[in-house]
Amino acid sequence: MGEVLVELTVNGQLREATVEPRLTLADFLRERCRLTGTHLGCEHGVCGACTVLVDGAAVRSCLVFAVQADGAEVTTIEGIGSPDGELSAIQSALRDCHGLQCGFCTPGFVVSVSAFLRDHPNPTDQEIREALSGNLCRCTGYQGIVKAVRQAADAGHRGEL
Amino acid sequence: MKPVSFEYHVPETIDDATKLLAELGDGAKVLAGGQSLIPMMALRLAVFEHLVDVGRIAELQGIERREGGLWIGAGTTAATVEASADVASMVPLLAKATPLVGHFQIRNRGTLGGSIAHADPAAEYPAVALALDASMDVMGPKGRRTIAARDFFEGHWSTTMEPDDLLVGVSFPVWSGRCGFAVEEFARRHGDFSLAGATVGVQLDGADRVRRCAIGLISLGSTPERAGAAETEIVGRPITEVDPGEVGRLAVAGLEAVPADLHGSAEYRKRVGAAMVARAWTAAITEARDG
Repeated sequence: MGEVLVELTVNGQLREATVEPRLTLADFLRERCRLTGTHLGCEHGVCGACTVLVDGAAVRSCLVFAVQADGAEVTTIEGIGSPDGELSAIQSALRDCHGLQCGFCTPGFVVSVSAFLRDHPNPTDQEIREALSGNLCRCTGYQGIVKAVRQAADAGHRGEL
Repeated sequence: MKPVSFEYHVPETIDDATKLLAELGDGAKVLAGGQSLIPMMALRLAVFEHLVDVGRIAELQGIERREGGLWIGAGTTAATVEASADVASMVPLLAKATPLVGHFQIRNRGTLGGSIAHADPAAEYPAVALALDASMDVMGPKGRRTIAARDFFEGHWSTTMEPDDLLVGVSFPVWSGRCGFAVEEFARRHGDFSLAGATVGVQLDGADRVRRCAIGLISLGSTPERAGAAETEIVGRPITEVDPGEVGRLAVAGLEAVPADLHGSAEYRKRVGAAMVARAWTAAITEARDG
């Protein structure tokens, strides 16, 4: 089966590779770019751990083939926060509110919430819960995560990466 | 990397896409947003030799007023539908159904046409298209044609389109006058497929009688269902003489292929469906009456 040349900008850096069409964007990021912050939980679009931004839109990278993202700008969890390790506002809020425990689901939450607060700077509690419903957490529980999003929104953060 | 290997094709025009589909035959499948297709491939419930990615065909994008209706390109994402002022004002039922489609991350990729062509009886868009008598704008090897929604949905994940047909767009009629619309669903968790759901459109005349109504049912058959008998029963009656519970009971009375699984028996789903119809009916009537 034919391989295809793809060219993506990942966290501002141009990445070129020849890939099998069946390679998902999630696997492209993890295996070809060595960006293993994007986590794979279910690999069929349920858990949200693999959420990344494609041209600014939060999407499940396990439900996008790398070939479909040819030419796109991708932001992963590695592109959030500053290069010296300083946390983004949302990451800090998650830490403050015990919004993570094992951390496996956290990259997906951070990316989803970043896009959500950018598009909804003054969310209601109901909107926050709806926005979080596409990401599963199996150990921390959701209360701390909901609280963290509330805190970040109230502090005026607009989903800054 | 879980799907089986396939050849990837990425045409840039509708003509090229339909030529490819005709050439490649049964082993080819159209890939739009992939939010239903890719999970099926990841689970290996579906295997294809060729995928024809229509995501880069500009002609499949857009929301346009055409011939008294609203035409929406099949490749338009649910997120674009959700943000469209034209959809909100001209096809409110579609606007109200859209937030119930998956989660926002899914709506950023999933397309209107993809959902309708996939024809999942648990999906919102097929039920809305059926309730509103939408027409499907289809391109095949012999040219372009229109298929009415009532002739489109054939069975679970199956439509009357041929394998070498491409859904190009969907035209939604625009209702005017004293209208109300509502969608109600019951799902155990937000964003899950519903156990049962209802989409209702109603139009009243000046004396508060039902001039027309449209009831679409979600997750209550092998296809989206239309409660035609209930509609006929209700049209012409003053709204004060229509009991929402009766509308619900009438709407589910004739259903013959209600699914049953771990989440609920067929009988339970019918009861939930009747309750969803009643709630949607009440909301639609309130909107129509109060503006």
